[in-house]
Amino acid sequence: METFGLTIAAILLAGAPLVLATLGETLTEKAGIINLSLDGSILLSAMAAFAVSATFDNPWLGVLGGMAVGAAIAGVLGLIGIYLGQSQLAVGFILTLLSRDLAYFLGHSFSRQPGPDLGLWSIPGIGDVPLLGPIFASQSPVVYLGLAAIFGCWWWMYRTEGGMRLRAVGESPRAAFGRGIRVRLVRLYYCLAGGALVGMAGAAYSLAVKPGWGRPQGCEGAGWIALAIVIFGGWHPVRTALGAFFFAGLQVSGIYLQEVFPSIPAPVFQVAPFPMMILTLLAVNMGRMGWVQDIIRRHPFLARFSGAWSINAPAALGQDFDPKKGL
Amino acid sequence: MNRDSLLTQLGWLGAALALALVLTVLVTLPSGAPPLKTIYVLFNGGVGSLSKLGRVLAGWVPLTLCAVGLLVPFTARLWNIGVEGQVIMGAIFCTAALRPFDGGGALEIALAMGAAMLGGALWALLAGVLRVFGRVHEIFSGLGLNFVALGVTLWLIFGPWKRPGVASMSGTEPLDVSLWLPRLGTLSVSWVGLALAVAAIVAIAVLLNRSGWGLKLRAVGENPKAATLFALGPRRRLLQSFAICGALAGLAGATQVLGVYHRLLPAISSNYGYTALLVGMMASFRLSLVPFICLFFAVLNVGSIQLPLQLGLDSSLSGVIQGIMVLSLFIIQGLRLWLKRRQEAD
Repeated sequence: METFGLTIAAILLAGAPLVLATLGETLTEKAGIINLSLDGSILLSAMAAFAVSATFDNPWLGVLGGMAVGAAIAGVLGLIGIYLGQSQLAVGFILTLLSRDLAYFLGHSFSRQPGPDLGLWSIPGIGDVPLLGPIFASQSPVVYLGLAAIFGCWWWMYRTEGGMRLRAVGESPRAAFGRGIRVRLVRLYYCLAGGALVGMAGAAYSLAVKPGWGRPQGCEGAGWIALAIVIFGGWHPVRTALGAFFFAGLQVSGIYLQEVFPSIPAPVFQVAPFPMMILTLLAVNMGRMGWVQDIIRRHPFLARFSGAWSINAPAALGQDFDPKKGL
Repeated sequence: MNRDSLLTQLGWLGAALALALVLTVLVTLPSGAPPLKTIYVLFNGGVGSLSKLGRVLAGWVPLTLCAVGLLVPFTARLWNIGVEGQVIMGAIFCTAALRPFDGGGALEIALAMGAAMLGGALWALLAGVLRVFGRVHEIFSGLGLNFVALGVTLWLIFGPWKRPGVASMSGTEPLDVSLWLPRLGTLSVSWVGLALAVAAIVAIAVLLNRSGWGLKLRAVGENPKAATLFALGPRRRLLQSFAICGALAGLAGATQVLGVYHRLLPAISSNYGYTALLVGMMASFRLSLVPFICLFFAVLNVGSIQLPLQLGLDSSLSGVIQGIMVLSLFIIQGLRLWLKRRQEAD
């Protein structure tokens, strides 16, 4: 029971930055914008968070710094993609390479330096509660941030008027425009908000999950996994969060597998999530392939499970909207 | 839409370069690097001497092979982001083909190059098949396969192909000198590599602009639905375009193994796959511009090696400049579009 709880605690910690990043991207994509810069954004904000917290000796100032950097990168994407009408995919990809190199360049003097981290929080009295004790007795604050963000995003998207506007500009920008919503501005806001969450994910890496800064930091590649998890989770905050914890579970089990198979070199396990990412995307998309649907049609009982496969991307995802062209 | 005059085009290009310079200085200010001195070190490190030019050309060869290859899938509107992994796979297949030999000559080298092209093409086809038959977007499959290829390299270097006694990031046992690509005089670039890169430019130019295959591929990219109706075989063509790009990327991996490092090591691809994507975007995927942008980026890469030695800066500055240049071009293009629309509205 004790080890089980500790494993859950480890998965929650490893999953927290992924949860924050996937929720950020979900917010952005719900508004119809694809931010492909996640991988570089996470790295640059991780560097910024560490640099700020080391300079001012305050990790929470570092979190704010990371969020600001994440929002700034997303803002660049938003301005070029939304207002200047350039390809979001291309700009996002350039930004991910640019931010990565910028992180290594600017972070040069902070490599392998000591700096503060966010430490551990413990909820008083929970240590004696079975199961919850080992999970939450001493847990990183980023885990609580991640869990709060799941609820916050779900509540905002599906229980507020702001959330309705958000979904409207992503599903049907023309109709939203007709209702008097300033589509491009709303999209820019969610680009910034999503970027801030991605920046928080970066801070979570360098201040809690893999404390410190260096080349490599250890969070390289996380952004690409996060982008895939958003598709896996069907653009729903709770499902994407579950997907993030699922991948974190794979990473944690990779550490155990390393002990089971000591002859396999350690770096090999670091790439293990990537074939998993491809396979899950394959599984998610298979349901929409023509030949798979033919099989489902011939065997009606399979149709009952096809609901789990169906994913609905925001209808206007990645599409330009120019109000001057009218309705 | 009438085309702008050459002078206007050059004016916009100048604006993009000026914006890139301003942005680079702004973004790198926090590092405290002296801008003018940094630029001097960067370019002097790239073109300061004949041996440095040799290294620039040695980098130009794989970068050009990858960038030229990328034009093929892009003509069909496909993003082959997996080109990095295809370089790595080419290097792995190249090394594997040479393992039975202690030494050799032109025949063994040609065999290794053929194997490398096969490896790159197979790795690219994997992403293509996932896209065509599994609806997995090629950005994700390509990226995932990049990381997998890196994992395979690490496993080989630390496992079955490790040097006797020591397994380290420094790679496998070096190849026999008889298997190295012949150098161009005293320069560190091989004339074989240069010839291959030039041949690739010519071959892709003919394929895309002078062949029926290229025309049909373009049609597939412009309108896949119509292409299906007109029986242009879009699926087969998409897969072929991936395979051609992968084969050239694999060849780039072979030039890295046979001509530069003479062994397999984790950093064998030197990020050329990702840089080639930037080159493609900067050239707006126009073949005539690709070799020159590749040359410029190669100068930056070689020059940046001097940064840590002379100024204590990280060499990733070359990547920052490359990224900012492409980004600036996109910003200027967007501004042009915006201005044009405003003029039309008036």
